[in-house]
Amino acid sequence: MKNTTARILEPTRGGIEKEEQMTIVIVGHVDHGKSTVIGRLLADTRSLPEGKLEQVKRTCERNARPFEYAFLLDALKDEQAQGITIDSARVFFKTQKRRYIIFDAPGHIEFLKNMVTGAAHAQAALLVIDAHEGIKENSRRHGYLLSMLGVRQVSILVNKMDLVGWSKEIFDGVVKQYSEFLFSIGVKQVSFIPISAFHGDNLTENSSSAGWYSGLTVLQQLDAFNVPRPLEDLPLRYPVQDIYKFTEEGDERRIVAGTIESGTVCVGEDIVFLPSNKTAGILSIEEFSRPPADSAHAGQAVGVTLDTQLYIKPGEIMVKKTERNPCVSTRFKANLFWLGKAPLIKNKRYYLKLSTARVPAQVSEIYTVIDAAELSTTAQDGQVNTNEVAEIVVETEKPIAFDLAGEIEATTRFVIIDNYEISGGGIITEALKSSAEVLKEHVRQREFIWVRGEIRAAERQKSIGHGAAFVLVSGPQDTGKIAAAKAIESVLVKSGYNAYYLGVSNLLCGLDADLLFKYEDKGEHLRRLGELAHIMTDSGLIFIATASDIDEYDLARLRTLAEPVKTLAIHFGKEGTGALASDGFFLNNPSIDKVTAHVVDLLRKHDIVP
Amino acid sequence: MMDTLARLEAKSVYILREAYREFKQLAMLWSVGKDSTVLLWLTRKAFFGHVPMPLVHIDTHFKIPEMIAYRDRLAAEWHLNLIYGENAEALANKETFPDGNVDRLTCCRKLKSEALKKTISGEWPRYRFDHSLGKYVQDANTEGYTGVIVGARADEEGSRSKERYFSPRDRQSDWDVAGQPPELWNQFKTDFAPGTHVRIHPLLDWTELNIWEYIQRENIPIIDLYFDKGKGLRYRSLGCAPCTGTVVSSAKNVAEIIEELKNGKFVNIAERSGRAQDKEDGGGLETLRREGYM
Repeated sequence: MKNTTARILEPTRGGIEKEEQMTIVIVGHVDHGKSTVIGRLLADTRSLPEGKLEQVKRTCERNARPFEYAFLLDALKDEQAQGITIDSARVFFKTQKRRYIIFDAPGHIEFLKNMVTGAAHAQAALLVIDAHEGIKENSRRHGYLLSMLGVRQVSILVNKMDLVGWSKEIFDGVVKQYSEFLFSIGVKQVSFIPISAFHGDNLTENSSSAGWYSGLTVLQQLDAFNVPRPLEDLPLRYPVQDIYKFTEEGDERRIVAGTIESGTVCVGEDIVFLPSNKTAGILSIEEFSRPPADSAHAGQAVGVTLDTQLYIKPGEIMVKKTERNPCVSTRFKANLFWLGKAPLIKNKRYYLKLSTARVPAQVSEIYTVIDAAELSTTAQDGQVNTNEVAEIVVETEKPIAFDLAGEIEATTRFVIIDNYEISGGGIITEALKSSAEVLKEHVRQREFIWVRGEIRAAERQKSIGHGAAFVLVSGPQDTGKIAAAKAIESVLVKSGYNAYYLGVSNLLCGLDADLLFKYEDKGEHLRRLGELAHIMTDSGLIFIATASDIDEYDLARLRTLAEPVKTLAIHFGKEGTGALASDGFFLNNPSIDKVTAHVVDLLRKHDIVP
Repeated sequence: MMDTLARLEAKSVYILREAYREFKQLAMLWSVGKDSTVLLWLTRKAFFGHVPMPLVHIDTHFKIPEMIAYRDRLAAEWHLNLIYGENAEALANKETFPDGNVDRLTCCRKLKSEALKKTISGEWPRYRFDHSLGKYVQDANTEGYTGVIVGARADEEGSRSKERYFSPRDRQSDWDVAGQPPELWNQFKTDFAPGTHVRIHPLLDWTELNIWEYIQRENIPIIDLYFDKGKGLRYRSLGCAPCTGTVVSSAKNVAEIIEELKNGKFVNIAERSGRAQDKEDGGGLETLRREGYM
């Protein structure tokens, strides 16, 4: 084992074919020596750019500071000034086995989100603990977060062994204490290496100072980590990232683009999209500048075309009917860590991203809040503070498809966006019953307590001469919806009916004035439109409004909210995009006369007007 | 089984599609160098042969002349929506290093950072390549870009090693290094406050060697300034003619460059060693990057 260094330094003649690359994060409490470990690894494996070491040494001399290997990493002036690592910086080096990208994660609590960013992209981790100072709160916090972030391979470097006289007793004490902590959070397999980064002991070479240690050096440990294999043997998960139809140069393909997170997909197979439950067959697998393929597998970013034109949206997950399917719900239980500047507040509207799905959401229950450093349960006051971990229930505004913590990580992890920023990350542990039932219950309750005047609905209808209805014109933006809605109002009023068109902007500048019109506000806007439709139609009106870019789920919600009256949904769209389950479909910018005639027909058919 | 290049490609494609999905006013910077040309190729991968966003080139008018010829040739061949921007005022007043009136860093700041900032924001004229006329015309679209895709790599130098895949810039294009938002798993910062924009870095995890291996594997047409044409000299990194030096090397093709990077003299010599502006103060490029340099 003495010859490790020599082996590393030997140039790899002829090159390593199909070279492996691995991402490692190095974490630990501030001042426990992470930067020194990396600086030393770079120097001892001669991975530094020519002249860099000398340059840094010269700078130290000039500033009358003793040279430290950690300075090699302080590429930014900010950090040199403060003497702490602020952000996760990447450094590159290689051994004979593979190339490494190493994230040097900050150990300061203030920069925890940067540590998390580094760790979330790593395939393995080195956690540094100062033997002299012992286990500190960030030693535990980082260990806990590594486990939550899904970093399965971890090695603990017990550093500064020279300061404790290479005492085996002290090393064993740290091993015992930290192992117990890891065991309590469910992490079992880790290794411990006694090192002195400052002197280079047990980094690239076994140290003679620790005769009692016969395990791996840090470098050998790195090479002993495995690059996780793509999940080809698991069920297909193909989160739809986008749907493309680039018509330039006569390209007719309608391509469903995505990255295969697990499993395989073959031409001719029957697939199903969740949560919409729509089915089709795979017509082709599309890739640019590659020979046509009959199949694609986990890890590949590809595209597929379908044998049936479906109206699906980004965020759905394409799976196989014959394999184990993900859960579909609007409620789930999860473990979450919170990094936001402002605390996570129960029942506040946020916006959630899970794989390629984006959906407004709120936290409806906070069960326990844990201080990740002490593993103590903190007071429950309906919020989760910065750097805390919690067990929560999330309610999304629309159903989403997901897997439970375990195998397929990409479809079990989510983030919460607060005020434009990723503020928390979570892992789903359990699916709960959907909230569509909750909305139906709300409408039942509403009918029950609704206070009416002396006039009954039937009397009102008799007096007005016709029934009430909610006419909704939906479709993409700028497709003639407003013109059509206005024309419907004109035709009905001129026929002597009591109809009213509400411009969306009237709603936005008044009732919706408190909404900021970020993505997560759209659901609330639609809820208000639905409730308003209920009030207006309760007064006997034929109420007409427009809505942009709504999906089946939005439409179902609006129909439920407008009950008990009938909702007549007219949808505009492009050819081949498929229609919402609506009461009439027209191509974008249709003939106004045709639309109005169709609406009048529908009103007659449903006995709303004579 | 996937190799490193396949993994890198898939991740970059994912990032490009995220950018296209989330940013309505999206543009890609194209310096015509090897990195941004690989980025352009990855864009065609992501969008199945199409390049659905404008390519923006910041023309300092001191670029090595072959670069501009290559730019216009590829734009015509691949039918690219190519736009260039410039600092017309600084050029007219000769406030440049080659004119001898300012130092290198100030020159970079004016001809690159400032030109980029004002081209992204739409405050200064943009010139679009009109394929039917075969020349550049002033672009009618003056809306600011909210997402700008850039080919920066983390291994280039210290400040780039701290970049995020999706990195917010404030109204002045400034970069708040210490206060960067977190990136978790494959979720990025795709939401941004009005007036700010986001730099997107699909190549962050690629090394110089990865770039050349990918060029070889995909047979990407690359500008020949990178190759020795008999004098034993070639460019390793491309920029403005007055500040970009050649390196002594007899690598005549992609395979020879790869061999040189793996086993030859460049194993431990930084790629930007031929760029003079990096050396003017302790961290010239860092200062520039905070102020909006690409």
